[in-house]
Amino acid sequence: MKNIVKQETMALNGDEAVAYAAKQSDVDVVAAYPITPQTIIVEKFSEYVANGEVQTEFICTESEHSALAACLAASVTGARTFTASASAGLALMHEMLFVTSGCRAPVVMAIANRALSAPLNIHGDQSDSMAQRDSGWIQLYVENVQEVYDSIIQSFRIAEDLQVLLPVIVGLDGYTVSHSLENVKVLSDDVAKKFVGTRELPLVATHEGKNAPFKLDPENPMTMGPIAFPDYYFEFKRQQDEAMKNALAVIQQVNSEYAEVSGRSYGNGLVDAYRLGDAEIAAVCVGSTAGTMKTVVDELRQEGVKAGLLRIRTFRPLPVEEIRRALENVKAVAVMDKSMSFGGNGGAVFHEVRHVLYDAEAHPYVVDYIYGLGGRDTSPRELRRVYGDLQRILHTKRVKKPIQYLGLRE
Amino acid sequence: MTEEWSVRALTTKAIAEKPDLFLSGHRACAGCGPATVLRLIMKATRGPTIVTEATGCMEVVSSIYPYTSWATPWLHTAFETAAANASGIEAALKVMKKKGTLKQGQVDVIAIAGDGGTYDIGIQALSGAVERGHDFLFVLYDNEAYMNTGIQRSGGTPLGAATTTSPAGTAIPGKLENKKPIAEIMVAHEMPYVATASPYYWRDLLTKVRKGLEVNGPAFLHVFAPCPRGWRSDPAKSIEYSKLAVESCVFPLWESVNGQCQLSIPSKLVASAPQKKKPVKDYLQGQGRFRHLFTPQNKRLLEEIQRLTDERWQRLLKKCETA
Repeated sequence: MKNIVKQETMALNGDEAVAYAAKQSDVDVVAAYPITPQTIIVEKFSEYVANGEVQTEFICTESEHSALAACLAASVTGARTFTASASAGLALMHEMLFVTSGCRAPVVMAIANRALSAPLNIHGDQSDSMAQRDSGWIQLYVENVQEVYDSIIQSFRIAEDLQVLLPVIVGLDGYTVSHSLENVKVLSDDVAKKFVGTRELPLVATHEGKNAPFKLDPENPMTMGPIAFPDYYFEFKRQQDEAMKNALAVIQQVNSEYAEVSGRSYGNGLVDAYRLGDAEIAAVCVGSTAGTMKTVVDELRQEGVKAGLLRIRTFRPLPVEEIRRALENVKAVAVMDKSMSFGGNGGAVFHEVRHVLYDAEAHPYVVDYIYGLGGRDTSPRELRRVYGDLQRILHTKRVKKPIQYLGLRE
Repeated sequence: MTEEWSVRALTTKAIAEKPDLFLSGHRACAGCGPATVLRLIMKATRGPTIVTEATGCMEVVSSIYPYTSWATPWLHTAFETAAANASGIEAALKVMKKKGTLKQGQVDVIAIAGDGGTYDIGIQALSGAVERGHDFLFVLYDNEAYMNTGIQRSGGTPLGAATTTSPAGTAIPGKLENKKPIAEIMVAHEMPYVATASPYYWRDLLTKVRKGLEVNGPAFLHVFAPCPRGWRSDPAKSIEYSKLAVESCVFPLWESVNGQCQLSIPSKLVASAPQKKKPVKDYLQGQGRFRHLFTPQNKRLLEEIQRLTDERWQRLLKKCETA
């Protein structure tokens, strides 16, 4: 750890930390549209532009749909691009999310996770990005402000890696992280810039048989975003999935390289386990709830309860092996879902975790808790109840209700 | 601006000798107006050019993987995104220029869309990009309906035309609404350059493309583009219709430079010799989409189309006079 650099401490909220990290990442083009609770990101970035602190071209588009279309086009022209959105904005981008990943454009986007209408609600839950989980974007979810700063910087490295070339969403819980002020350790501009590096472009064969950088370049004309019929389309999609799988190794690599510079890492970059080694019962969560959960785990441990926590940091690509290894010796697992899959068998995270554990030799009990929708606060007492339920399941060897709601009037 | 890139350099010889950027071998139908329009447009580029195109006929026929008709960098992303893509490309080029990584001194950006991608689903992105003042040329090839999906009506479909979603039935005689005055809507954006063009008057078209590229800021070019499949017209007559549309003032040719409106020569000739102005039925006749208008029960609709065409023409004349 001798290479760890000296770092300044800044008081930043989540949105400001995102903007600061994007600034340090030497982004060429930002195209964005305001939406709560993401707005501070674009406001802050506008200030950097207005004060000449960045060379970035900032496009205030007339919609999120155009914001992502502009980012995608700038990205395939060779630029490093960034945008931010939330909720309805991300939903409006839905079409372009697939086009962006399909065009293999490494756009980085911060999502201040927020509930979807109706009824209209500006507060935090993860319905927005969970609904986009099959759009071909890498999805990282952070626990706190420090992690969002670190993750934005890491994301450019991940997205632009030649083995990956996929767009990345970094999810920060709306208000809980986006508007919370924390002391954040920040790298110096030089160190951050060096870590991110300049964008490298893959060399591809042109129709003239030359090797040329993959971008819109009059010197080597390329046709991008063509129409592919049933004879080719499937192969494009298979390659995209392969790139997703490659991202698993790249995310871990970037996480450990970043640790060497900053002294900070988030598990192995994919999952972050807390007191899980000898745990009999464990919760699995995504995002900032992990912070409260850790306090609860500590309390339970003091009381002699073998409780643990697994935070899934990388939700796409899903770290199947890591999740299985982390949980296969646990006897009962509670999955926390901050979004609803209407008419489905539990929430999005539950689907994945239970599915992964199907292949585990020992089959732990797996139950689901849907919580916090529309910004509903979740207290440590409620989270204790979750562990209490797991203890009861172990005791009775029976799951009464596999899918439950936490903090809901019924 | 170098001499060889200026409007004056568009001599017939130079045009003929210039290699095509929109190549043959694409899969457009016989008599396709838009394919001719695209070839002509790409003859008028002044240097390195990046093209972005909305989903539509021309996108589909020219980019079937692993083939392409584009000898210039080309991007398609979605139906409504031509102008938003142009914004992103232009912004990326600007940064590269600032950072000194752009190899070429100047790279032009052209966004191309059909009437669906312009009048309807693409108008928001277009309006936004023009308001933001990006330096690009937007070319609308107007074949007056969603031809790629099978001839459905759009905001650019003219009054009375039969399409698959505005069929001429026993109760309703085709489309009941007027064509949106899209070029005037763009003029209302107070943008530097707006023009209309028709492939019969090819030199006028090429000159307008070049002007649109040379102007600083956004330019909009509305090009008339007959579609024999959708119009149920003779594929051999596409160019003839693109002449008749101008002569009958159904599609007058004009340009607006910094808000100053001026008739282009083919329409100026009609204005100076009103007796030569052709009746709209000369243009409508022969197109299957208007066939029902020539039955006795639709006589009044036919008269209404003539009246509206005259009204729009008079309004245009007035605008060009006062300019």
